[in-house]
Amino acid sequence: MTRIDTKFAALQAEGKKAFVAYIMAGDPDYDTSLEVMKGLPEAGVDIIELGLPFTDPMADGPTIQLAGQRALEAGQTLQKTLDMARTFRAEDNETPIVMMGYYNPIYSRGVDRFLDEAKEAGIDGLIIVDLPPEEDSELCLPAQAAGLNFIRLATPTTDDRRLPAVARNTSGFVYYVSITGITGAANAVAGDVGPEVARIKAASGLPVVVGFGIKTPENARDIAATADGAVVGSAIVERIGRGDAVEDILGFIKSLADGAHAA
Amino acid sequence: MPEDLINSFMTGPDEAGRFGKFGGRFVSETLMPLILDLEAEYEKAKTDETFWAEMDDLWAHYVGRPSPMYFADRLTAYLGGAKIYMKRDELNHTGAHKINNVLGQIILARRMGKTRIIAETGAGQHGVATATVCAKFGLKCIVYMGAHDVERQAPNVFRMRLLGAEVVPVTSGRGTLKDAMNDALRDWVTNVHDTFYCIGTVAGPHPYPAMVRDFQSIIGKEAKAQMLDREGRLPDTLIAAIGGGSNAMGLFYPFLDDADVGIIGVEAGGKGVNDKMEHCASLNGGRPGVLHGNRTYLLQDDDGQILEGHSISAGLDYPGIGPEHAWLNDIGRAQYVSVTDVEALEAFQLCCAQEGIIPALEPSHALAHVTKIAPDLPADHIICMNMCGRGDKDIFTVARALGFDMEGAP
Repeated sequence: MTRIDTKFAALQAEGKKAFVAYIMAGDPDYDTSLEVMKGLPEAGVDIIELGLPFTDPMADGPTIQLAGQRALEAGQTLQKTLDMARTFRAEDNETPIVMMGYYNPIYSRGVDRFLDEAKEAGIDGLIIVDLPPEEDSELCLPAQAAGLNFIRLATPTTDDRRLPAVARNTSGFVYYVSITGITGAANAVAGDVGPEVARIKAASGLPVVVGFGIKTPENARDIAATADGAVVGSAIVERIGRGDAVEDILGFIKSLADGAHAA
Repeated sequence: MPEDLINSFMTGPDEAGRFGKFGGRFVSETLMPLILDLEAEYEKAKTDETFWAEMDDLWAHYVGRPSPMYFADRLTAYLGGAKIYMKRDELNHTGAHKINNVLGQIILARRMGKTRIIAETGAGQHGVATATVCAKFGLKCIVYMGAHDVERQAPNVFRMRLLGAEVVPVTSGRGTLKDAMNDALRDWVTNVHDTFYCIGTVAGPHPYPAMVRDFQSIIGKEAKAQMLDREGRLPDTLIAAIGGGSNAMGLFYPFLDDADVGIIGVEAGGKGVNDKMEHCASLNGGRPGVLHGNRTYLLQDDDGQILEGHSISAGLDYPGIGPEHAWLNDIGRAQYVSVTDVEALEAFQLCCAQEGIIPALEPSHALAHVTKIAPDLPADHIICMNMCGRGDKDIFTVARALGFDMEGAP
């Protein structure tokens, strides 16, 4: 059981949906980002997605692209992202941390070394956007052997032919990307999502959370109602990017969490 | 497996799209079904005679193939060593080798029922070729081009617009070819149902590196026949410039199993291949990594962040290289060298003066390496270099570099 499995079991026992929040590590700088991260559990965040900045985020829209650029310009590195997780973990041993990003910074560091360090830093799972099931031997299988969850993205193009491959070698939960497109784009429509979630749950036997396009507490509630949880990224990162005070950012996150938990 | 296949360099990629450890399919889940569909469609087309009949017809009557194999006699005499031939792919319609590949991909797109074509472009040659073929077939065409390149390649931007394409200047990152490719991928991930991504080089997720190579291999197939016809034997050395590496792969591929043919790829050395990274020599100055769907050599920092290169040639200004080149480099079948901006400019002028050919800055890099090695080679040594593009698009850049005032000229 990882912290992710424990968290979903606890939420299920309470009859609650999960609220997952994404922030970019080191955005706009290390200290601010760590302060936001430390406030997330109190704001009602059940699972933290910690973005790993990359120069070429091919699946991300302008909001997350700019967040990555701000973080890199402020000197964020993979080492510092691991440090951030470790520092958070010293005070909070329950809230799961999922590192989300692209493969090259991890490949560059060396997969074995990275997995040792991630585990030691208290990371629980990985979402690596550019590693589809076809490339499982790269990181997915070693990560699971090391005791980390490897969380898969499923999308509207994941048809019944592909679903078994997506459901295989995965653990923790499945992240259903509700639109074809980049992060921060069109609003998610709850009606479209329900049948897809049911299909993916049946194939994977795992909790399914839904993200991409959720911007308001109402969106979060509607989407969470159709799944096991809701993920918000760009709407949060946008507020960090425009320089909102940390307490205002956390206040906004709390409103989203309350929305998801009301489902 | 028969022994000649075991020893062949021409059997790649494997089923996972790998050339050795390079290549692969490093894309988001949304794109996976699309590249699997494309692979299936391409596998069908490969052995479909009607597909190749259509290609051959368009190559002959629309592009102007075969391109000539020209003996550069004055340059040969000037350098005083090896015999220099030029494969004249700059004489193709649209002025470069790019159209060889675009035709293949657009015919595939039509077979797949796709109505919207997207492309990335650096120097604008691939963008112009894509806009051209889309105009010919009445397809919607959107070209992503780095904002910096839009500025330095204004004539090609205008050309694309004349041809009916929408040119989208890309301002993310530093606004060069790498960023244009990111935005093209973002478009594709958003418009999965009607859109075909026409990649301009032998990079990207499988099947692109193999497919683009196969379409460009017409260059090498013709060169082989032409050399046998002209000289009664194969050349001793092939030389081609490399950004992503499509013109080079097209020339090299049919010769890979001809052990006596030496193969040299020329990377853009920019201001010099050193730790300041003011170059685009991925093989000579980078290390393996994963970007744009494939594992290959990349310019990157210690943390795996991709670096922007520098080259006077917009078409070579890319921090990666096709995965098959990365493999040929590692197994030693091909040799990869680099040439600086200054050396390329000298070769550009030499070619104008000696042969009456204004070359593009990309093949000027290949030519610069020819000028380095030819003088020390014997007169019966045959070099075949790929003149993969014409220099009309580059005259503004060259004028600026040489201090010639285009505006104020009488």
